[in-house]
Amino acid sequence: MAIDLEGIVDAKREAAQPAPDPHAAPDTSKPLLVFVALLCLTLVTVALSALHLPRPLAIALGLSVATVKAGLVLAVFMHALQERRALRVVLGLTAVLLLLVLLLPVLTSPGGLANR
Amino acid sequence: MSAPGEALPYDVEPHPVTGMPNGRLGVWLFLASEVMLFGALFSSYLLLRAGAPQWPPEGGRPGDLLSVPLGTLNTVVLITSSITMVLAWSAAVQRQLARARLFLGATLSCALVFLGVKAIEYSAKLQHGKRPSTDTFYAIYFTLTGLHGLHIVGGVVVIGYLLATAGRLGGPGARAFANRVENTGLYWHFVDLVWIFLFPALYLL
Repeated sequence: MAIDLEGIVDAKREAAQPAPDPHAAPDTSKPLLVFVALLCLTLVTVALSALHLPRPLAIALGLSVATVKAGLVLAVFMHALQERRALRVVLGLTAVLLLLVLLLPVLTSPGGLANR
Repeated sequence: MSAPGEALPYDVEPHPVTGMPNGRLGVWLFLASEVMLFGALFSSYLLLRAGAPQWPPEGGRPGDLLSVPLGTLNTVVLITSSITMVLAWSAAVQRQLARARLFLGATLSCALVFLGVKAIEYSAKLQHGKRPSTDTFYAIYFTLTGLHGLHIVGGVVVIGYLLATAGRLGGPGARAFANRVENTGLYWHFVDLVWIFLFPALYLL
């Protein structure tokens, strides 16, 4: 069985980094900016739906805006990008599995890509 | 190993192997499982929608059947609750008890407003005879928003607990409190994140 020695060394190196001051004031300016951005993007989503665009275009635009909003929440509110490598791997695997679960019905439904 | 009746220690120090406190790792792993739970339901939604001759089955657009203004209001309320949660965590880290309580209270209020608006929406639908059994649109609407609502209720319980125990802030308990607020915040932002997809998928598209 192969052992990811490099990964273990990386994890130990990351864990050995000095911990930040636990009482230091967290920077809240970026979250406040993201808060305003999320409100604006919500208005954009609602405004786009009011345009009554063709369904495929509306769905693509609506989900794109939602993905940007979700990315902002993950990156800034949840600090996902600043987490340790081991956790980022877990989150990446979760994202891949989620994508697979979402794509399965599209690929395998009677009118789906796999049956054409 | 703890003796029976002995409280488990709440460790806020990063674990030497993972580099983060055990509680935070636990919350992240829990959220990963939650992603798969909501992902499976979203997958069902896609399957039902792709297989339907028209969506919604009774015709029109989702916005004709659900209240877009109320959905938008709830989106704004949840986004606001996310920023108040961040501010509560910031205050807790700096050991500012009054500020932490204020922002936790604001988050809790937003959660209750969200549930109140949802109750108004549900009662309007039920009064018009729209139930989960009406058609696939209402089935997936009630299932997804109901499960999300239950997550909000869970958040209300935890935030309420934090508010009740905030008085013990100070001394060695201060870091544990800030750590709990941070972990609760992770969960709360995830609940917000799910709604970010639910709102357009169910109300707008």
